[in-house]
Amino acid sequence: MFAKSLFSKSLGLSLMVSELRVMFTRRRTWALLFAIAMIPILLAIAVSLSAERLAPGEGPPFLDRVTQNGLFTGFTAMLLAMPLFLPLTISVVAGDTIAGEAGLGTLRYLLIAPVGRARLLIVKYLGTLVFTLAGTLTLMIAGAIIGAILFPVGPVTLLSGDVIQVPEALARMGLIAIYTTVSMMGMLALGLFISTLTTIPVGAMTGVLIASGVSQILDNLPQLAWLHEWLFTHYWLDFADILRQPMELSSLMSNLLLQLGYVAVFGALAYGRFTTKDILS
Amino acid sequence: MSKAGQLAIETRGLTKAFGDQKAVAEISLAVPRGSVFGFLGPNGSGKTTTIRMLLGLAEATEGEINLLSYQIPKQLQDALPKVGALVEGPAFYPYMSGRNNLLRMDSADRNSSSATRAQRVDAALERVGLTNASNKKVHAYSLGMKQRLGLANALLKPRELLILDEPTNGLDPQGTREVRNLIRSLAAEGITIFLSSHLLTEIEQLCDHVAVMSAGKILAQGSLEELRSHGQSRLILKVDKKGETLSVLKQLGLTKIKSLGDSLVAPVAFDADVPKINEALVKKKIRVSEIRVEHPSLEEYFVNLTGEGFEVVR
Repeated sequence: MFAKSLFSKSLGLSLMVSELRVMFTRRRTWALLFAIAMIPILLAIAVSLSAERLAPGEGPPFLDRVTQNGLFTGFTAMLLAMPLFLPLTISVVAGDTIAGEAGLGTLRYLLIAPVGRARLLIVKYLGTLVFTLAGTLTLMIAGAIIGAILFPVGPVTLLSGDVIQVPEALARMGLIAIYTTVSMMGMLALGLFISTLTTIPVGAMTGVLIASGVSQILDNLPQLAWLHEWLFTHYWLDFADILRQPMELSSLMSNLLLQLGYVAVFGALAYGRFTTKDILS
Repeated sequence: MSKAGQLAIETRGLTKAFGDQKAVAEISLAVPRGSVFGFLGPNGSGKTTTIRMLLGLAEATEGEINLLSYQIPKQLQDALPKVGALVEGPAFYPYMSGRNNLLRMDSADRNSSSATRAQRVDAALERVGLTNASNKKVHAYSLGMKQRLGLANALLKPRELLILDEPTNGLDPQGTREVRNLIRSLAAEGITIFLSSHLLTEIEQLCDHVAVMSAGKILAQGSLEELRSHGQSRLILKVDKKGETLSVLKQLGLTKIKSLGDSLVAPVAFDADVPKINEALVKKKIRVSEIRVEHPSLEEYFVNLTGEGFEVVR
């Protein structure tokens, strides 16, 4: 109770609620979530319509498994969405955080309310985190539903060969949503920082997207192997480790530390920039 | 109470430079508490930049600011809850209703009570006459309605000071009248009002104090009476015996008397003693059909200060 009132006082719980209300009042937010939900749906429909079953190993990884067990739909869709589509939708929200308010002119009214600049940054960041979790959950849930409709559902054979029952499989899908959200924490902090640099939201969104593209390209150059484990995209596809028995935790921890490092660095940069910036929009 | 305590806004040597150019150059404002203070200047003279510094949106390059006796920017968070403001036009989330916009803005201040929020928002909407449109989305609002919503936002809490930047911009004559009446009623409640405008008539109608700004500098500042007294006041007389009148006036120490049509006009002091002049004339059996002192219009003074030109000064 004390912790709650402390949180509510220092951060302003009603501002956090208000932030989410603004975000989820926007039709754009729902359009983005709808687009995310379409990935597993289109994937499942395409697979079920193709008369010939894919040979194992053909097409994107795990695509052949979808037809054997519908619960794999969300998982496979996440593998497809992770490199480009998910960062794309998330960059829209992350780039909009401060630049969007500046572009509308509402930033100056928030600041004279007064909201407190550091507090606004924190609330904005948490807001993007909530959206990301909503996005990854949407993808996994849409995948589970369309998979259950179009394909057989049963105990899931893990990558390690072990078999888990349906409820545990669903729990692991939830874990994948959480893991991929954690994987985005660094990029979200970068987006927050870029968003403090401009009053044009599209510019900030593009900046975030380019950064994620560059990071993924560098991660694919063997000459830069020393750099790879420092790139915020490096562990993005490692959520597959959740489908092993026992769960492979070492890369999950490395990822969490890396992401927190990015949050610290870009959070500090965003703070330094935003708290000293003249608001002329 | 100290001198600073009697001033709602006080700046000393306040300067804002963008590169080489000084948008605001060493201005010293003194806005008395309880006054309606007009901040008059042509577009681009630095009024909005000054307001941004007062509200902590932009950092001063040099100089000091006291807002309600709080040092800005050091004590900004203490000062701002007591200040309502409209800065460079209203701004809202177009996809949300007017009412939800105000709820959002109010929740931004961590010290504003969530228990009374809805009630305060509705009261502010009613005060600006937007109750019926409160559930419409803002993108369906006219500019005038947005302006009113901006004023409602400034009135969400009891304020000691309102900083209003061009509050009648974009309003039709009816809306302008209503906003001016609203400002008068707020002033009557004892709220200090700092009103920036490029319209002299607006300042003359509403304000008791004024500062005139041009090209980043304050050219004149004081009560409206003081500024009017800067120009030359004129005595205007209509009498039946002009010749005798002239000699009476000369005895009273008036010079440079001119005859314009059937009137006599003489430059006099701002506080010329009209009854005394009248008495002297009547004693000489001169029939006076008109006697009055005409003060220079503020407009003449304003144009003298800022220049007639249509050109952007810089």
